Amino acid sequence: MARGIGGIAAIFLEEHAVLEAARKTKSEGFTKFDAISPYPIHGMEEACDIKRSWIPYVTFVTGTIGLVSGLLLTWWTSAVSWPINVGGKPFFSLPAFIPIIFELTILFAALSSVGALFYACGLPKIDPPVIDPDLTSHKFAIFVPENDTGYDVAKLERMFKDLGAVEVKKVAEY
Amino acid sequence: MIKRNQLIIGNKSFKDITDDICAPVERFPSKGWVGLFLGAKTLLIFYIFVLGMVLANGMGLLGVNHPVAWGTMIITFVFWIGIGHAGTLISAILFLFRQKWRTSVARTAEAMTVFAVMTAGLFPLLHTGRPWLDFWLFPYPNQRGPLWVNFRSPLLWDVFAVSTYATVSMVFWYIGLVPDFATIKDRAKNKVRRMVYGALSLGWKGTARNWSHYEMLYLLLAGLSAPLVLSVHTIVSFDFSVAGLPGWHTTIFPPYFVAGAIFSGFAMVITLMTLVRIGFPQFKDYITIDHMEVMNKIIMTTGMMVGYAYASEFFVAWYSGNPYERYAFLNRAGVPGTSGDYAWSYWIMVTCNVIIPQLFWFKWARRNIPTMFIVSIFVNIGMWFERFVITVTSLHNDFLPSNWGNYAWSFWDGAVLFGSFGMFLTLFLLYLRLVPAISIAEIKPVLDVGKDKKGGH
Repeated sequence: MARGIGGIAAIFLEEHAVLEAARKTKSEGFTKFDAISPYPIHGMEEACDIKRSWIPYVTFVTGTIGLVSGLLLTWWTSAVSWPINVGGKPFFSLPAFIPIIFELTILFAALSSVGALFYACGLPKIDPPVIDPDLTSHKFAIFVPENDTGYDVAKLERMFKDLGAVEVKKVAEY
Repeated sequence: MIKRNQLIIGNKSFKDITDDICAPVERFPSKGWVGLFLGAKTLLIFYIFVLGMVLANGMGLLGVNHPVAWGTMIITFVFWIGIGHAGTLISAILFLFRQKWRTSVARTAEAMTVFAVMTAGLFPLLHTGRPWLDFWLFPYPNQRGPLWVNFRSPLLWDVFAVSTYATVSMVFWYIGLVPDFATIKDRAKNKVRRMVYGALSLGWKGTARNWSHYEMLYLLLAGLSAPLVLSVHTIVSFDFSVAGLPGWHTTIFPPYFVAGAIFSGFAMVITLMTLVRIGFPQFKDYITIDHMEVMNKIIMTTGMMVGYAYASEFFVAWYSGNPYERYAFLNRAGVPGTSGDYAWSYWIMVTCNVIIPQLFWFKWARRNIPTMFIVSIFVNIGMWFERFVITVTSLHNDFLPSNWGNYAWSFWDGAVLFGSFGMFLTLFLLYLRLVPAISIAEIKPVLDVGKDKKGGH
């Protein structure tokens, strides 16, 4: 969701109410709406039609890069750049290099996955607009941006009120 | 069907949870906290002085000598690294096993991990003797050849393992904190707190799309941390077991060290949690006696694993037929005919680690706060002595009697050991005041566990 888009937000007090509202909003044909909650809600991905996160692919690829980097680093420094005979062991002594390779695999995979989260969620954001400060504590919301197909303030307001929203408000930008 | 106890007691609403957990961050500190903090901070200042003296005068200030070249710093390094492991076990491995009780203690246990690794990390860096050259530990292109580090050395594996562990633990901890920082920001009444926690929260909004990625990342980091934590103490044990010294050169070391690390770490979690429950009484609804009991069961189990490892080492020493190996172990226990100089430390270790935790067979002991506090202190002492036994008794009498000697324990050894608690406790006390000590976003989904109305699982 790009920054600066206005829209309409409905506030709910119950987890099942917001889940129900998300399902209803989806069945009404909206695609760009989002649900805001203080904690991850079980079943919300299906309700909002969110695809499975692609971060694991990043983890796998960068983990593999870490593994190959570790292998290349240990091999090139110990067997190519300046080979030193340590206790008669082979220059390329793979079993002894495994701890290094393993640690670099984990390090690359973990840090890149966090980077991927930052990219996916657009973090860090400086002073993002807040619909309601209680949305990180005990309230839930559905936000429908004004550029979504079939956006109609009056119709949406009625729908959310029927679904049990305690408050429906226009949001200048989110 | 066996009924499950409620994870969180007191019929909390979501708002109550937020209020309870944010309270220590938002109000002025209590007298108790200030008292503890002044004590810990004074100890930290003393520690800085002690490390300054060690830095200025060199390692000779400590009791390390020939043949006992590894002393307090290495012992205390392994001690603190081990403490850290319980935090990762709780936050990552118990998460993968879907143990929902972990939610209440995961945040604080992870904080303990981060601070314990920070405390531990100083020791090997200072133990190099010339810590201002410690950047030589990393393989970077240099003008000395380039001369590279020796990747065949367990000490270098340790550099990679501990630095990776420290980095990933901190990142994992911070990612868990991001939604909670956003909560504090949104509640903040004053401008400075809003700015500081707003910056820390990175602008987290909590949309369903964000949560979807977030949960996936959390699972991935847990999956990466689980093998990582096992690898770290395995590699720490390689520091000893790859050497050819009797008493060190055994294949049992990696699992033995990992079990010992989890054992000591859970003891430290119990020590800290009993104190947190006294300092912040509202947390008693989240960290219940049930939570403490589960952890005490883990302490007893891992304590017996460690006891099994002690016994197994003796058996293998006898079965190997190696006279040096046999001597090393008989000497540890102080059997007549050996020097037995450090038998007292061996028996302190056995008493604290194997005998005292047996108290947890009794349910009243597992559920009694003063009892578990005392046992956890004994386990902490015992696990420090375990590393003392492994390091010092193995080194002091090795192959040639003409090469034997004793560790020259000095005032500075004790000062380094006790001072390190100053560093750890100062960080931990600051954490309790600056960061929500229980994960707000993670605890809300487990609110219904064990409640009759909604069933739970």
